[in-house]
Amino acid sequence: MKNIFQQLYSWVDDRTGLPKMIGKTARHLVPPDAKWWYVFGTATLCAFMVQVISGVALAFAYIPSAGEAYTTLHFISDQAPFGHFLRGLHYYGASAMVLMVGLHMAQVFLFGAYKFPRELNWATGVLLLGFTLVMGFTGQLLRWDQNAVWSVVVGAEQAARVPLIGQWLAHFILGGDTVGGATLTRFFAIHVFIMPAFIFAFVGLHLWLVLRHGVSEPPKPGKLVDPKTYRAEYQQMLEKTGKPFWPDAAWRDTIFCTGLIVFVVALAFFSGAPPLDKPPDPSVVAASPRPDWYLLWYFGVLALLPHGTEKYFMVFGPLLAGIILIALPFVSNRGERSPRRRPWAVVAVIMTVLMIVTLWVAGAKSPWSPNFNAPPLSASVVGATNGPVMLGAELFHDKGCLNCHLIGKDGGRRGPDLTDVADRLSKNEMILKIANGAVNMPAYAGNLTPSKMDALVAFLQTRKRNGHDR
Amino acid sequence: MKETNAENNPAGCPASPAELSRRKFFARLSVAAGGIGALMVALPVAGFILAPFFERHKEVWRSVGKMDSFKIGTTTAVQYEDASPLPWAGVTARSAAWLRRVDADTFIAFSINCTHLGCPVRWLAEADLFMCPCHGGVYYNDGTVAAGPPPAPLPRYQVRVLNGDVQILTAQIPISSK
Repeated sequence: MKNIFQQLYSWVDDRTGLPKMIGKTARHLVPPDAKWWYVFGTATLCAFMVQVISGVALAFAYIPSAGEAYTTLHFISDQAPFGHFLRGLHYYGASAMVLMVGLHMAQVFLFGAYKFPRELNWATGVLLLGFTLVMGFTGQLLRWDQNAVWSVVVGAEQAARVPLIGQWLAHFILGGDTVGGATLTRFFAIHVFIMPAFIFAFVGLHLWLVLRHGVSEPPKPGKLVDPKTYRAEYQQMLEKTGKPFWPDAAWRDTIFCTGLIVFVVALAFFSGAPPLDKPPDPSVVAASPRPDWYLLWYFGVLALLPHGTEKYFMVFGPLLAGIILIALPFVSNRGERSPRRRPWAVVAVIMTVLMIVTLWVAGAKSPWSPNFNAPPLSASVVGATNGPVMLGAELFHDKGCLNCHLIGKDGGRRGPDLTDVADRLSKNEMILKIANGAVNMPAYAGNLTPSKMDALVAFLQTRKRNGHDR
Repeated sequence: MKETNAENNPAGCPASPAELSRRKFFARLSVAAGGIGALMVALPVAGFILAPFFERHKEVWRSVGKMDSFKIGTTTAVQYEDASPLPWAGVTARSAAWLRRVDADTFIAFSINCTHLGCPVRWLAEADLFMCPCHGGVYYNDGTVAAGPPPAPLPRYQVRVLNGDVQILTAQIPISSK
């Protein structure tokens, strides 16, 4: 005689057919040596679930209105119970998702898992990466502070570089002629309805393809992928040594995911939500827009490109990257899978990581951004309290030189460090530079009277190594 | 897949030509009906979402201050309301421009948007320069490029003086395609 639970199970299984089907799917055979390298895909999905749950919770209080969103953000951050934590969770969850997508992609690429018959696993994955980045950008905008408003403008400016339809695209992004009431609601719809729908659909497809083609076996050097024989060999290997995914392989996924969640929750708990910028008033000109960290490297790219090439890069850069990524498995879907026999694949990953990390560090420091907050140089730095040297030091601040040039620890980093400039340039060379400017420096010829130019140069002539008590 | 196979004919007997053509008709009818239904929903939805593409630009003159309040040779930030803000726009209905009084009768209104990527440029009065906080674009006091990445001078808005009021003609955010 079955007990009541077994009876209930049999009834549900009979009427829905789901429990057995789910059980069978969960226990599908996977290669026995697919171990810790294989957890990043599940981890991405796990981070996404955190985003869905925390996002739905935030939507209980958020008002997607250009006039009120900022107020509700302050309410969520400062007043609502757990609000500060939830915003933090959504922020660090997003960060984790971007990071896990990157790791997952690098692992699949290095293991050659995108090759036959898993070309479309890869292609759908690339699309999911794109959706994730769109979520990141639109999510940053929903914070709807001053930074968000200017990010929309910068986004529209980039879209405007697309040939033919650029102006239309920009208009569409702004939701009109300017940032205003229509802008936020559009990004809200994209962030909470359209993109999540796409992500759900493509995650479904992505998982379906994983089940259809099986989890790729870890590559062995010298074992080539041949579309004619691969499937039969894979099947044979599964039958001989395959292990059920649940629980033989799945426990690693659950442990890693739990670890990830603990980490994200701890970050959210101890560090909380990212701070809110000033209100979203487009008429306040004292703003310094910055993207969130996962797009900070791209901010670096746009700053460091040679002038005049941005136009082409902004359009063709992302387009080309997308095309190359999607085309990859169709260009090379057979042959060697092991990273030991694919040195260029390893080089490509290392170069990409190095590039992004370098640009990211550069983006975080953003030396190309003038420093508007540099206070006037102190007397101890100047080394004089009167005369042309002191006058020159004042001019150095007032004329904006200090916004871009360092004197000791003060100033900006846009232009060369002038702490020891007198060791490098003579008086006449200085006058020439200041008067004529350069690619990244304005010409001051019409801006300084001869006596002021003399004072400025007198100050700069005192900038020597050990020349002054600084 | 052949239409006469067993899957289409559970009874196992081959379908007659009349049955086949009926089936073809039903298939086409369903696709056509579904298509019409989908279009009827999709067209207005697309129209609603793409509406900003077809919007007419509305421009109005907005007063930004009394003529006497702007000294000759100075550049000041002025704020005004967009042409037709939505009722819930809140502070996002505001726009700003840099207004320069060149002489007694001449005003120039510069866009605050850098022509590189649209960041708001700041006026450094002592230095007589506009400077962009994002990538270090610099402009002279007449809006021409002094340094850095901007591909074009600062765009200008139309200005007029009416009954002692300085007025700016609202316009869309200047989007550079250079």
